[in-house]
Amino acid sequence: MASLEQPRVYKQADYRSDVNAIWCPGCGDYHVLLSFTRAFAALGRPPEEIVVVSGIGCSSRIPAYTNCYGFHGVHGRSLALAAGLKVTRPELTVVVASGDGDGYSIGGNHFLHACRRNIDMTYVVMDNRVYGMTKGQPSPTTEPDFDTALSPGGTGLRPFHPLVIALASGANFVARAFSGAPNETADILVEAIRHPGFSFVEILSPCVTFRPDEKEWKTLVHPAPVAPTADPAKAARRIMTDDGFNIGILYRGDRAPYQPAVGPGRVDIAELEKDFEL
Amino acid sequence: MNNANAPKISNLADLYAVAYGIEAAAVERYELLAAQMEAHNNPDLVVIFLDLARAEGIHRDEIRRLAEEADVDVFAHAPRVAKWPKGESPEEVDAGAAHYLMTPWHALELALGAEQRALDFFSSVAASAKDAKVKRLAEEFMEEEAEHVNLVHRLMRRHPAPPEAWAADSDEPVAQD
Repeated sequence: MASLEQPRVYKQADYRSDVNAIWCPGCGDYHVLLSFTRAFAALGRPPEEIVVVSGIGCSSRIPAYTNCYGFHGVHGRSLALAAGLKVTRPELTVVVASGDGDGYSIGGNHFLHACRRNIDMTYVVMDNRVYGMTKGQPSPTTEPDFDTALSPGGTGLRPFHPLVIALASGANFVARAFSGAPNETADILVEAIRHPGFSFVEILSPCVTFRPDEKEWKTLVHPAPVAPTADPAKAARRIMTDDGFNIGILYRGDRAPYQPAVGPGRVDIAELEKDFEL
Repeated sequence: MNNANAPKISNLADLYAVAYGIEAAAVERYELLAAQMEAHNNPDLVVIFLDLARAEGIHRDEIRRLAEEADVDVFAHAPRVAKWPKGESPEEVDAGAAHYLMTPWHALELALGAEQRALDFFSSVAASAKDAKVKRLAEEFMEEEAEHVNLVHRLMRRHPAPPEAWAADSDEPVAQD
């Protein structure tokens, strides 16, 4: 008998767990969580068909705050875990949450190769330019003159440029968002998740405790002045010359996503299990 | 907030949808702040933010009821028309202004700014409306917001401004050394 049931319409609240989020009051990550649930509701996929994977750090607490499947993994290894998941369960929507320390330092090598592999998933890095959870050490994106007891006089090191590195490594979608604009960030996340291949979204998310100066970001961000390009060289040039506060989709590539090999060469899971039998 | 970038209101349906979106966003923001304060054991602020959320929620539900009577589906219409620059509608308080030691006065100061922005917005809609029905409804919303501004002023008298050193913490977060 044909079902008369209407397809369920999901609301933002359907994606939010009942776990009270614990970040510092005023932290940008609260808004990123809002953007996640808004984006998921806009996509309309059931929570059980979405997986949020993370590593370690303030931003990586996000899986617990959603009602989706989640994995709070090992420091810097979220992309490796997510890649394995997406390859074996390609029907799932896989979103990876990270921070600038977890994603660019401890997980820096995974970042490069995830871009290169171009597996169809979305990588969201909440960048606050500091290790907030471990009390304020400089991260790969910290400015060279960030002068603290831990880095007297500043590190003197040139900051990592994640968007350009993502482009050079082969990411198929590159965007920058700002946590204080949760609606726009949700729109960008929707586009990122829909875009085939590896999508990278850097979200500027202020750390109000160890980087109170970042509260000024809300006055500095502005929409990117031009529409996204499909030319990685042009996108890289634009990003290298912007002020770091251009918000929007900056690159939309058309590279085919990675597809795992199928057929006789594929390893059978049952066969593999036999090899590991005790 | 720059009203030049505010949503364009051409008819009653637009106004209902925008007003609903404003109140719904305010409720969400106050609830978010209440949750932050709960996590940081600031129970006075939890009560205040939840009260503010409840007040905005009553307003939101009333707008939805009025819209339904006018045969307007705000749920369907709001996402299309209620878009704001930088994602901030006028009555959303600045969540980045939250502080773990903030006092009821700070919460009310944030609320006052939000109510005033909403009042300014509906005043500008009423002043520029070409449609008489839109103008009348905008004026009703304006009156409601004016009442809220007055209410917050009264509440602020109950919660005087804290001393200058309100954020001083004998065990403040410091970078590890």
